[in-house]
Amino acid sequence: MKEFVEGSHAIAEIIKACQPGVISAYPITPQTHIVEDLAQMVSNGELKAQVVNVESEHSAASVVLGGSATGVRVYTATSSQGLFYMQEVVFNIAGMRLPVVMTCANRAISAPINIWNDQQDSISLRDAGWIQIYAEDNQEAVDFHLIAYRLAEDKRVMLPVMVCMDGFILTHGMETVDVPEQEKVDKFLPKYNPLYKLDTAAPISMGLLADPDYYMEARFAIQETMKESLGYLSEVSSEFKSVFGRDYKDLLVEEYQTKDAEKVIVAMGSVCGTIKEVIDEQRAKGKKIGLLRIISFRPFPYARVYEALKDVSRIAVLDKSVSLGAYAPIAVEIKAAFYGKKKGPKVISSFVGGLGGRDITLESVYEVLRRLTAKEVNSDFIDLKPELLKEEYDGK
Amino acid sequence: MMENSPVFKSGHTACAGCGQAIAARLVIEAAGPNTIVANNTGCLEVFTTKYPETAWGVPWIHSLFENSAAVASGIEAALIYLGKKDVTNMICQGGDGSSGDIGLQALSGMLERGHDILYVCYDNEAYMNTGVQRSGLTPFDTNTTTSPAGACSSGNVRPKKAMPEICNAHGIPYVATASAGFPQDLTRKVKKAISIKGPKYIQVHVPCPLGWRHETNQMLTVARLAVETGLYPLFEYENGILANRKQIVPKPVVEYLKSQGRFKHLLNNPEEIKKIQEIADHNIQKYNLKVEA
Repeated sequence: MKEFVEGSHAIAEIIKACQPGVISAYPITPQTHIVEDLAQMVSNGELKAQVVNVESEHSAASVVLGGSATGVRVYTATSSQGLFYMQEVVFNIAGMRLPVVMTCANRAISAPINIWNDQQDSISLRDAGWIQIYAEDNQEAVDFHLIAYRLAEDKRVMLPVMVCMDGFILTHGMETVDVPEQEKVDKFLPKYNPLYKLDTAAPISMGLLADPDYYMEARFAIQETMKESLGYLSEVSSEFKSVFGRDYKDLLVEEYQTKDAEKVIVAMGSVCGTIKEVIDEQRAKGKKIGLLRIISFRPFPYARVYEALKDVSRIAVLDKSVSLGAYAPIAVEIKAAFYGKKKGPKVISSFVGGLGGRDITLESVYEVLRRLTAKEVNSDFIDLKPELLKEEYDGK
Repeated sequence: MMENSPVFKSGHTACAGCGQAIAARLVIEAAGPNTIVANNTGCLEVFTTKYPETAWGVPWIHSLFENSAAVASGIEAALIYLGKKDVTNMICQGGDGSSGDIGLQALSGMLERGHDILYVCYDNEAYMNTGVQRSGLTPFDTNTTTSPAGACSSGNVRPKKAMPEICNAHGIPYVATASAGFPQDLTRKVKKAISIKGPKYIQVHVPCPLGWRHETNQMLTVARLAVETGLYPLFEYENGILANRKQIVPKPVVEYLKSQGRFKHLLNNPEEIKKIQEIADHNIQKYNLKVEA
């Protein structure tokens, strides 16, 4: 049913339809509206779930870990410092192969403290063993949560999934969203039937100590599942299309005007809406510009990126996070996709923008295109304010 | 000799004379097979569950060092959702460091939220799994690897953190201390705790021959001396009221101190022994421990 709603409310609606048995979260802006709405739904009797209001994100993640280990579908949501505070548990959940679904309302990282959007939080947890998918708009954010449960609980996967949506821009943005009907959700998402669970009728031990004789194989198994999940994402996407009609293709990348493009911008998340507008303007003037939007950052679709961009001359990668002291996170992956390959762009330049909620405007995107010259640049910050960079340490 | 237990099997790798191994077995046997256990990282976790083996005959989970109270909260919530809580006991457990230091926040949250869970803290009074470092529950003047006695120090400079009192302050229905030296008392308290709905906290004093430096066959004697001197009072709070305590004919603390290498540096230091006697005397008065004549 189509509704004009806030992003967070739409997420609460789809989570309700997925019917988790245990929900646990700790308040952090801009995640709060999602869990507030869910708490109200439970209070109203619309959703039969146990809501555990914990004393920290570390415990929120631990509660859903425990719930999932008991064989129940679970949900949590967080952002920024909250995600960092639960980091230890985030890695643990993946290592224990528990199909937890979490929303990350993407937000900048302190210091300086800043509640506004960038993608530094989830990007920094890229090695945790969670599948990470990034939404461009609220329709996607809704659909991706449903897909996330289906994927996480797939016996071939059994890994947690993080649905990343830009804080405020999406969580607090009002859009018309088609929230899937319960009947169709039930058709697409079967009841969770765990492989293993804590059950007094059949006792097992979970979370054992693995010494050097056993540890590596457990990590290798996750790596293999991650690689295989590239295909499972596409498979689930096609089943999603057959039930709901919306087509996310392979769910790995979106190609927007890339076929004959000479220059392509690579980006992730809501900024892609702005970039598409610039591309439309440029295409109207006959300029061959395109966008490759990364949807799945983990697993990273190297082969798809190669196929999509191998004939493009120049690429600009726009990261909304930074790996301080190194190449920017998405840029690293794009460059890696072409290493040692026969074909590939002459230039892969990397730009960093939108940190701490600084707007990436149409003009910002034009600036990226202007700086995309024959000379490659790396982690080139856009939209800096020169007047704020004047203060210098005088060496005393 | 105890027979091999279906809920806590022999063959685990605890040190000889480990008080925690005996206490943990007594706890799970008292709780019975319809119990799920969440375990913090620590000696107990390491010596019972080295892959591919496990000593546990009940459903058991370990996640991290400090989060078993939160993991248990999630399990309990899931059991309620599944309609199985009324037929399942939930225990979560850890050492003194994971309960009273790094895991205190998760434990406090669990107590405050009112989960129907028994928390068992096995108190061996230091971080034994990492090599006898001082914890918040290490007693005054104890020689540990991070509070070593030396020319300028008599060891740990702070008194033991009052965890049972901290837990009791949460307004929970049951708080008790117990000791590996009094197995029947421990069993009784676990059974009682399990029968009460809501959050419960039991702190069990468990000697560690390696960290306390006593002979492995002296575990029970050392544990009993802690109680008999008044240094480890055994009591029960029910709904905030001191409902029961084990009465003693107090022995001088030096009897306890001389039983362990961790206090050896104090034996020629009457001033420090006097301070420790004062701690015991305070306990004896506070919990009214002295046997009435």
